[in-house]
Amino acid sequence: MKFTLSWLKEHLETDADLATLLDRLTMIGLEVEKVTDRAEGLEGFVVGHVLDAAQHPDADRLRVCRVDIGGEEFQVVCGAPNARTGMKGVFAREGSYVPGTDLKLKKTKIRGVESSGMLLSEREMGLSDEHDGIVDLPEDAPIGAPATQVMGLDDPIIEIAITPNRGDCLGVRGIARDLAAAGVGTLKPLDAAPVTGAFKSPIEVHLDFPEDKQDACPYFIGRMIRGVTNGPSPAWLQDKLLAIGLRPISALVDITNLVTFDLGRPLHVFDAAHVSGHIRPRLAKPGETLAALDGKTYELDAEMCVIADDDKAEGLGGVMGGEASGCTETTTDVYVECAYFDPVRTAMTGRKLNLMSDARYRFERGVDPAFLIDGMEIATRLIQELCGGEASETVIAGEEPAWRRQLTLGAERVRTLGGIDVDAEETERILTVLGFGVSRGADGFTVEVPSWRPDIVGEACLVEEVVRIHGYDRIPTVSMEKTEPLPGRALSTEQSRRSIARRTLAQRGMTEAVTYSFLADKDAALFGEIADSVRLGNPISSDLDVMRPSLLPNLINAASRNAARGIASSQIFEVGPQYAGDAPEDQAMAATGIRAGATGPRHWAEAPRPADVFDAKADALAVLADLGVATERLQITADAPGYYHPGRSGVLRQGPKNVLASFGELHPRILKAMDAAGPIAGFEVHLDNLAKPKARKGAAKPHLTLSPYQKVSRDFAFVVADDVTAQAVVAAARNADKALITEVEVFDLFTGESLGAGKKSLALTATLQPMDKTLTDAEIDAVADKIVAGVAKATGAELRG
Amino acid sequence: MDDLNTLREDLMTAVGAAADSAALEETRITALGKKGRITALMKGLGGMDPDQRKQMGQALNALKGEVADAIEARKAEIENAEIDAGLEDDRVDVTLPVRPETEGRIHPISQTIDEIVAILGEMGFAVAEGPDIEDDWHNFTALNIPPDHPARQEHDTFYLPGEKDGERMVLRTHTSPVQIRTMQSGEPPFRIIVPGRTYRCDYDATHSPMFHQVEGLVVDKTTHMGHLKGCLIEFCRAFFDLDDLPVRFRASYFPFTEPSAEVDIGCTRDDGQFRIGHGDDWLEILGCGMVNPKVLENCGIDPEVYQGFAFGMGVERLAMLKYGIPDLRTFYESDLRWLKHYGFAALDVPSMVGGLGR
Repeated sequence: MKFTLSWLKEHLETDADLATLLDRLTMIGLEVEKVTDRAEGLEGFVVGHVLDAAQHPDADRLRVCRVDIGGEEFQVVCGAPNARTGMKGVFAREGSYVPGTDLKLKKTKIRGVESSGMLLSEREMGLSDEHDGIVDLPEDAPIGAPATQVMGLDDPIIEIAITPNRGDCLGVRGIARDLAAAGVGTLKPLDAAPVTGAFKSPIEVHLDFPEDKQDACPYFIGRMIRGVTNGPSPAWLQDKLLAIGLRPISALVDITNLVTFDLGRPLHVFDAAHVSGHIRPRLAKPGETLAALDGKTYELDAEMCVIADDDKAEGLGGVMGGEASGCTETTTDVYVECAYFDPVRTAMTGRKLNLMSDARYRFERGVDPAFLIDGMEIATRLIQELCGGEASETVIAGEEPAWRRQLTLGAERVRTLGGIDVDAEETERILTVLGFGVSRGADGFTVEVPSWRPDIVGEACLVEEVVRIHGYDRIPTVSMEKTEPLPGRALSTEQSRRSIARRTLAQRGMTEAVTYSFLADKDAALFGEIADSVRLGNPISSDLDVMRPSLLPNLINAASRNAARGIASSQIFEVGPQYAGDAPEDQAMAATGIRAGATGPRHWAEAPRPADVFDAKADALAVLADLGVATERLQITADAPGYYHPGRSGVLRQGPKNVLASFGELHPRILKAMDAAGPIAGFEVHLDNLAKPKARKGAAKPHLTLSPYQKVSRDFAFVVADDVTAQAVVAAARNADKALITEVEVFDLFTGESLGAGKKSLALTATLQPMDKTLTDAEIDAVADKIVAGVAKATGAELRG
Repeated sequence: MDDLNTLREDLMTAVGAAADSAALEETRITALGKKGRITALMKGLGGMDPDQRKQMGQALNALKGEVADAIEARKAEIENAEIDAGLEDDRVDVTLPVRPETEGRIHPISQTIDEIVAILGEMGFAVAEGPDIEDDWHNFTALNIPPDHPARQEHDTFYLPGEKDGERMVLRTHTSPVQIRTMQSGEPPFRIIVPGRTYRCDYDATHSPMFHQVEGLVVDKTTHMGHLKGCLIEFCRAFFDLDDLPVRFRASYFPFTEPSAEVDIGCTRDDGQFRIGHGDDWLEILGCGMVNPKVLENCGIDPEVYQGFAFGMGVERLAMLKYGIPDLRTFYESDLRWLKHYGFAALDVPSMVGGLGR
């Protein structure tokens, strides 16, 4: 919402300076977004009187002017065709900066004649593109006065943001009323004295709505004014509209815009010559079209409200008038519409047609339902003043929509909700100036809500009115009350697990990324079937059109982007949601990461190698271990999802069904489809699948028993079939003596022709830890024999000879 | 006895002349080994008369000890010399780089959320959460944004094809629906914060289709706007680590709060240099207000008994302001150079007692 300072002062009697007004506006909720001081940089230019404009001796198009600026005279050579004796123009003296040409004026000679200073065009002043001649000021402009003052440029333009609840501030008067309440002036009275109608309007108004749709346009005031002359509007009106960015069109149209922005009261004017019969506000007929004033034709539906005549729709109620009956320079009889339209229907109509207008903007926020007749009278007087003509009696159809309501404001409520004591007198003053009817009782106030405040619906709204006007800055600041001597835990187990996963992975050298929850369908589909319920109806682009089934594709694409920037190896992870469907339980938290390219840079001491399945497995295990999972007890199977390399991937399970993580090298076909360079090893830890921690009895750890006896280790090399897993061999070895054997590790893997086809050799070291005595050689040998026998029985292994 | 003197001289010369451990060992065997010269003389003691044996025995023992000591001393000398010689061979160029280690980073969004939680956790807030895919009722209607409300249009909502109980599915446009879920599933009092992903169908230099918010909600019987101011002023000053940071509250409008306010912090933009703190300018950082009684009613909470406040802030915006990150869109590009520069070390865990940052 834009207005100028002087416009505001037409409604607000105030001595406050601009800075105070701006501050109050912002603090009471009418946030100042921009202030434009059009006089800035033009301060030095003054009104110059051209005493004499004589022909230049050596140039046909130039004139030599003597310019008086009040006690001082200058000789200026001027090429403007309108430079003439007796005129008043804008004079810039030498040394001043001319914004339109970006030059500093110097004394100069033009074709041999001295010229000091300049008479300026609008373009040279930086005001417009007008350069056909120099600025022609009114004859009565005081010589030597600042040009900005004479030109009305010393009037700053203020632009404020209006929140959706404050339709009443979409007119300058509403803003003035708020400021008056805020104590920076008084609201001037508004003259809406009725204009006596000279005749009965030949055009009647018949509201024509079905019984249950009467609220579309419940109230309509019309009036004919005949014998008007519709030329350009006067300079004061044009200047006002131009200042707020509106294009002057004609006096009649400009008047409707003025009333819209001044009083928040949209109007429409029909050329009565193009209205056939009577005005019939009704719902549109399906398929009916309207050529609107914006030059476009709209197809209407039966939910839209139109202002029709006997023949056809002439306007979209509350949105825009029609071209056919619009006012032109030849209009002589005008029919003025001042009506009330339902906010919801108006908004829906505008949205469906993608048609925004100043009228719609106001109607959908709610215009004052009790300001129709006053609005009509004010508009009538303006039309008669600017265009002449004779007004009919007003035609009134329907009735004022009910708006009166009473609310109560408890005596203590401002204090208990707003946190500040505002005394009863001040409360009453604030509400009264805002237009509320207030009566004070023993336990508070009974309040009549003004017609222009549909947003005030309860006691909390009244508290807001009182407190915002009194000043949020005056509310005493109070610290939050402590409910406990020490704060409780802020994070749930699930939330801390995410945080631990993040910091574990970062500690392992991986960098956290945050990527979009959506991605391209073609990439997402590589990672599982995409449910229709997670396809966006209105994606911002086809690259971001489905919710992600996994975090991997975004990370793979991130690695590719980094590779394109010259970073060939990426170690990145993300902890975030993935979506199997649109229900809350379909959203799952994953800690997912990839290692792309080499394990490190080239180095003088050790060579890097390509990241592989065991890097990913280590990451997954580290996350699980830090989350308290007994990783040595997890089952490891080779049935990872299909986007992993089938021979170089695995799954970590707790029990047969509960998948905690999957890991592996990404399938080459997937990487090819995503145009990503491989190999890439990745992992996904499904955080939501981790068991809830058991309720613990205190924080004590289990008792630690340390053996005083020497531990011993024995190495074994087993030859097994290729498909026998290391895990099976290790488990069999461990099970040989659960009490004595505390650790079994694989330390070598060998395959070769010497073993025979389909065979491999696994070398293990088993650690034996006696608790009660030192083991004898015989006892150690006995355990070793049990290991060999146990592994052989479980896996068909033979001791390598 | 002269023989012993000669033997001593021989052996001592040999010990002194041993150039390395092996030669010294040979000398030791020659002197003290099983067939060594001193050992041989010792064996001869048995055939002597007692006096002679005593005299000779003492002399031999003395000699044996003397030679053994000399060998030990020489051994230490040789070993030191050998270590010294080895040191020279071991010499490396210590200016060579160490073995590579990659340093990981925590994303500024995670770090900022951790900071916010650390501060508000001290004030008794617990973290609550809800789904990213919401229905119209939770995202709008329950928050007093009816279908025809202009504010609903301003949200630039992403829609999904499904419905739940006749309500359209959307990507949540703010974290506020978690207010509703929390109030519906529990009993007051409430004191929660909700960090999370939010979505708006908008993309330009200052808008991202996905961003993060932290919602706050307090509901009890006594919390009023003075507490709201206290909570957020203390939060802002702790977050930006400026004890005297100017914070102002000005009237605004949100459908789900009444009264509503926007919060600005002080800043300066002198010479194009932006700085947070005392200055002549203000910067909006969050919106807040007292929970609208209709929202309480929609959750089955009696607004005649309960009241409280809610606030919402943009995580990226806070991170940009605090850490001087110029461009919103860079947060989601996963550019490793950016992440290394603006990210945080794994062990930089923010806390109020340990400090929010290093």
